This record gives sequence, structure tokens and C-alpha cells, in this order.
Amino acid sequence: MAERLRVHVDPDKCQGHARCKALAPELFELDEYGNAHEVGDGTVPAGLEDKAWLAKSNCPEIAIEVTEE
Amino acid sequence: MSDVSTPTAHPPVTDWVNDFDHTDPKWTENPFPIWDELRAASPVVRTERFLGCYLPTTYEAVREIANDTEHFSSRRVIVRDVRPEVARNAAPPITSDPPEHKPAKQLLLPPFTPDAMKKLEPRIRAICNELIDGFIADGKVDAAAHYTKHIPARAIAYMLGIPESDSDLCINWIHMILELGIKDESKLVQAIQEMSGYFADHIEQRKQKPADDLISYLINARDKNGQPLEDSHVHGSLRLLLIAGIDTTWSAIGSSLWHLAKTPADRERLLAEPALIPTAVEELLRAYAPVTMAREVMKETTISGCPVKPGNMVLLSFPAANRDPKMFPDADKVVIDRRENRHAAFGLGIHRCVGSNLARMEMQVAIEEWLKRIPDFRLDPAGTVTWSQGTVRGPRQLPVLFGKA
Repeated sequence: MAERLRVHVDPDKCQGHARCKALAPELFELDEYGNAHEVGDGTVPAGLEDKAWLAKSNCPEIAIEVTEE
Repeated sequence: MSDVSTPTAHPPVTDWVNDFDHTDPKWTENPFPIWDELRAASPVVRTERFLGCYLPTTYEAVREIANDTEHFSSRRVIVRDVRPEVARNAAPPITSDPPEHKPAKQLLLPPFTPDAMKKLEPRIRAICNELIDGFIADGKVDAAAHYTKHIPARAIAYMLGIPESDSDLCINWIHMILELGIKDESKLVQAIQEMSGYFADHIEQRKQKPADDLISYLINARDKNGQPLEDSHVHGSLRLLLIAGIDTTWSAIGSSLWHLAKTPADRERLLAEPALIPTAVEELLRAYAPVTMAREVMKETTISGCPVKPGNMVLLSFPAANRDPKMFPDADKVVIDRRENRHAAFGLGIHRCVGSNLARMEMQVAIEEWLKRIPDFRLDPAGTVTWSQGTVRGPRQLPVLFGKA
């Protein structure tokens, strides 16, 4: 069985570039200032793994962690 | 107060590594090989020009400086021949350091979220089409003068709530501040005075009769103590929105169309796959990032092993960082479908461009609408492409012919 991924945005590093929201809107949402956080507890639904990695590799602030559980 | 300087001609550069000058015509025309030469020499180079200025040449060095607000101040964000008095040109939050920066930045963020931009998008699409209507029958156009310039100028005028027809006034002030003002401080002073007078009238009108626009938003904003912003803060932020919102996106859209005009394969790819345009926009932002910011060294430190000393400015070249091959494979090529792209076109760290979501939306819409109506175009061999000098780089003349060659 494939490992489940979890995403997390480090709020101290996020500067609101909003790339994650553009690339993986199912996994990230923005607050009123446009800063990002993960949807729910960050669990990545099956089929969206590529989007999790894509968001991570496009964050200019290296604020996104993807962990394998 | 510093004396108002008279403009001085800069001698041409012969030794880029020890005497760089971002206003030299060679840099303006084609900076990319210069950055490669400087990067090969050192992660940080220095010039005696501009009263002493460093240039970080690698992505890592640029990131280190952008994230180090202890040693590097944003109180002066343009490298000039002179160092004008700090307070006179304050435009919070871009000229703010911690701890003043965060509240000033948070104030401006809500009107520029992606959701807010979605609401603005139909107006931008209409502006693009109105502009194209004006020249499509001619079979050719100077796209910089008649298209790319007007999109961000009208967009920001619309957001501020000033007449879109006043956008030419704004463009002229910005030219005086960002280009002429590097070498002639009197132009800078004159532009800021004229802008202040213009906005004072609008602020007064909004105080009488509030509207749903950014000027009213700033007047109604409250600081952390619940107090209205000082007039100087409102003026500074309005100045910032105008200065930062026009030349920059004008340049980014212009460089994008310039690239597509001379690269039929990329143009055809986007025509066939319009869904790729957002990805292409990121790559065009990486390859042709228009904005170079500045910092001022406040305390001695080292960057990528190189000592930097107070009293010097730093030319914070996000465009050069974006061309660092250690960070980006094929950094010197436009890879229109590049998947991994941590480019720094909108800066890194706390000063990330407030208008990045606006700029991205304008670029996408401007390219989409242009390609829908003018799918085939090329550089006019009888014309000349010219580039702006200094802090913001982009085409200022972009003559193109429509149709297949």
C-alpha cells in the first residue's frame, strides 16, 4: 500500500507567494492576508500526491514540508 | 538634507567585476552575460560607483540578504548616485524594516489576495480588449507603447479609484522617479511633489465622500492602536502602489510578448495549450524578472563568505538570482513548461511584492487576450526594441508585425 503524504506550511516562513494555492488548491488555502496554510490536518488524499510535491518544489520560501507517513 | 544633485554622466564600464554599473547601456541592452561573468568571479561583487554598492550574484547570496533584516535595511530601496534623505521618500511597507514593517504590510495585503484579483479580472480583460481594438486593424503596433504600458497603469488607477485617463500622468511620474531620478534628484523631488498634490485632492474628496476604492481603504484603515494612518503614511503607500504597480508589470508583460514574438515554438505551444499559460508566466517571470531592489548595509557581516561593510548599498538583483544555474537547470534558457520554479521575481522574505497576485493575473490575462486575437506576430525588422534602464527592466519600444511572416 502506498504511503500517505501530509503537507504542512511553516507560518514563520510563508510570505504569501500563493504558489501552493495556485498549484494545489485542494491541499492549501489562504487567510485574509493571502498567507497559506494546509487544508485540515494536511493529509493528502490519494491521487493528489504529485500536487503536494509540485507545491513544495515551487515555494520560493521553502515553507512547505511534505512528510510520508 | 542632501543637496539636490545635478545629473552626471557615468563613464562606460570596462571592468565589470570591480566597477559594475546597472545603468550602463550594455547592462540595459543585455545584462545576462554580465551576470554570468560576475557570478563566475564571486558571489558578491562591489563597485565604487553609487557611493559604494555590492551586488550579490547567486540565488543563495540574494536569499541570504533578503532574509537578513538585521544587517540590511530597506530604508533606501533604489540605488542612486546620491543618498536622498530617508524620510522624504518613505513608502511603507517597502521602505520599512521590522518591527514597523509587519503592520504596514498587513494593511495592504487584503486588497491584493488572489480572491480579490479574481473580482478585478473581468475589468482587466476588458482593458486588454479595448487596447487591442485600438490597433488590431493596423497590422502592426509598438506593443510597449500601446498595450503593455496601459494595462497595469489602468488597472492600478481603477483600483485606486482615480480616472483611468489619468494613468498617463502616473506613468510620467514613475519615469521621473525610477529612471531620470537615478542621476537627477531634482526630477525625483518634482515628481513626488506633483504626486502629493494630486493625491491630496483625491484624499480630501474621499474624506467627504468615501468610495469602494484603495484610497478610501487607506483613509479608513486603522493602525494597531485603532488610530487612522497619518497623512504621510497614506501618501507614502499610495506612492508605493503607483510606483510599484506600473513599470514592473508593464515590463513583465512586455518581456513576455517580446519572447513570444521571437520564439514561434513557444507561441504555438501556448496557442495549442492555453492551460499552460500560468506555468509559462512563471517561467517568463523567472527568465525576465523585471525588478531589482536595493538594501543598505547597516552592520558589518559576511554573505556567502564575502565581507560586506556599512555605508554601502546593495543592488539586490532578483533577476540575476533567477539566472543562477546552481538553482535552475538550463537557467539561461526559457523552458516554457518548467515544473519546478522557485524563482525570486517577486522578492524573497518579508518584502515579497504585495502586488504579486495582481501582476500574475495581469500577465496571464494580457497574454491570453493578445494570443486570442493576435495569434501570429513577430518583431518588426524595421523597428528597434529598447529597454528601460536601472531598477526595472523591460521593453519600452516593442514594434511587432501581425500575421505569419
